[in-house]
Amino acid sequence: MESINEIQDAIIDEFSFFGDWMEKYEYIIELGKDLPLIDAQYKTEDYLVRGCQSKVWLHASLEDGKVIFKADSDAIITKGIIGLLIRVLSGHSPQDILDADLYFLDKIGLKEHLSPTRANGLVSMLKQMKLYALAFQKQLTGKND
Amino acid sequence: MSGKLATTGVFDVKAVRKDFPILQREMNGQPLCFLDTAASSQKPLPVLQAMDNYYRLHHANVHRGVYRLSQEATDMFETARKAVQQFIGAGHEQEIVFTRGTTESINLVASSFGRAFLRPGDEVLITWMEHHANIVPWQLICEQTGAAIRVVPITDTGELDLEALEQYLKGPVKILALTQVSNTLGTINPIRKIVALAHEHGIPVLVDGAQAVPHSPVNVSELDADFYAFSGHKMYGPTGIGILFGKTEWLEKMPPYHGGGEMISRVTFEKTTYNELPFKFEAGTPDIAGSVGLHAAIEYLQGIGLENIAEHEHELLNYGTELLCEIPGLRLIGTAANKAGVLSFVVEGTHPYDLGTLLDKMGIAVRTGHHCTEPIMDRFGIPGTVRASLGMYTTKEELDRLAAGIKRAVNLLL
Ligand SMILES: Cc1ncc(COP(=O)(O)O)c(C=O)c1O
Repeated sequence: MESINEIQDAIIDEFSFFGDWMEKYEYIIELGKDLPLIDAQYKTEDYLVRGCQSKVWLHASLEDGKVIFKADSDAIITKGIIGLLIRVLSGHSPQDILDADLYFLDKIGLKEHLSPTRANGLVSMLKQMKLYALAFQKQLTGKND
Repeated sequence: MSGKLATTGVFDVKAVRKDFPILQREMNGQPLCFLDTAASSQKPLPVLQAMDNYYRLHHANVHRGVYRLSQEATDMFETARKAVQQFIGAGHEQEIVFTRGTTESINLVASSFGRAFLRPGDEVLITWMEHHANIVPWQLICEQTGAAIRVVPITDTGELDLEALEQYLKGPVKILALTQVSNTLGTINPIRKIVALAHEHGIPVLVDGAQAVPHSPVNVSELDADFYAFSGHKMYGPTGIGILFGKTEWLEKMPPYHGGGEMISRVTFEKTTYNELPFKFEAGTPDIAGSVGLHAAIEYLQGIGLENIAEHEHELLNYGTELLCEIPGLRLIGTAANKAGVLSFVVEGTHPYDLGTLLDKMGIAVRTGHHCTEPIMDRFGIPGTVRASLGMYTTKEELDRLAAGIKRAVNLLL
């Protein structure tokens, strides 16, 4: 399995082929449409990360020491970006996720979507992803404080 | 300043646009198409120059110094108050209280009026189309006093249910607080009629005028409003200054809101007596530069003429409404017969956030979301809207760009 940074670099590489914002967003929108990201059973209030503009649902589980994230959004662009975040972070160990430095969004010109002024739920989602990783990390190391 | 209009009497949007430096900017490689004036308007040069001039030549604290400079600053501040009084047709200068904005004006009334007059069992009447600024302050004071909030419903077109309003006014209502123009739906409420109805029951009325003052002439005496709140930054003036008009008879009966300097007459540790109106409600150093900028904005608005602005925006509203209605799947939210320059909409199968994001890429600035009016979204069962709002500098070409942009965005999204 590729490391978090290898995946980020691959995405940066893919995005370097887009000529303008249209192509880039077309791609993100397609990503958003193609990915059925979360089971209907998790699309409930319990898993809702509330942004004020778009809603995000996030579910995490630990499988063989790796964190599996599933998420969804009611806004398609948000959902496409979630697809990218999940591609980068899902399937890695809690420690790797905690240590991850997400530089790819900046490099592909989508950092604005992680600005709190957008209130799209992505900032809260990332925070929540790290919190899940932290909780799983404690579970794995048997610490219970 | 842009005297052209005042002298020729002809409204020329191109000339107006030259007064707003920010409108020359580009966004994402396109000329900025600013369609979010309802959130905050842009500022014309005379406002910027007046504030710059104030800080360069006249700044000192007000009401405090025997020296000349402080007197100059005080004169400018008080002249601004006088200008506001005349602008909205208030009876006395002392009825004009400077605040930070509409939000603070409403909080002031909710808190001071509420502490003086609200008791358990009393009701505060608001409407379904209020901005959060005219909901939450009342919730806070109701929690403290044991009074309750009642909400007048709206119709599918986004108009007030006047029959329900009349019915509710028969209850134990102590104050009615409602907006003159809805920032989300554009609905213009028949305020004069509503105030008269409320007064028949002896109920005072607070009017949220944030979206009314910048777009058409307002006269608080004709409306007979007991309180009238608005913001400088939505009427082409600076951020940080707002206005509360209150009738003397009410303001005198209300306790101060904030404590501090300016608002006192005499302070001892045993007892403090308060200053006279309006200073009783203006604790601390006020936004002096803001008042100067506001004064310049009022003169600018008067130079252009609010009737001219209202006419221009009305024409644009009709033009924009027609354009948008041609777009398949687009649904306007807010279709009142009497409407101000607000176009709120959703497009079937798309999320407002996605539309707003793509429009931004085309240099078009619109607002998306619930616009601080969540109850309206719940009422219409939508997560939010895209809102284009108009100002005196908005052009037909910009609305053409909006319509084309929406079509392009929808194509990408569907
Ligand atoms: C109808 C209405 N009321 C109140 C407000 C709050 O104004 P401010 O943020 O200037 O206090 C707004 C601004 O969005 C508004 O549109």
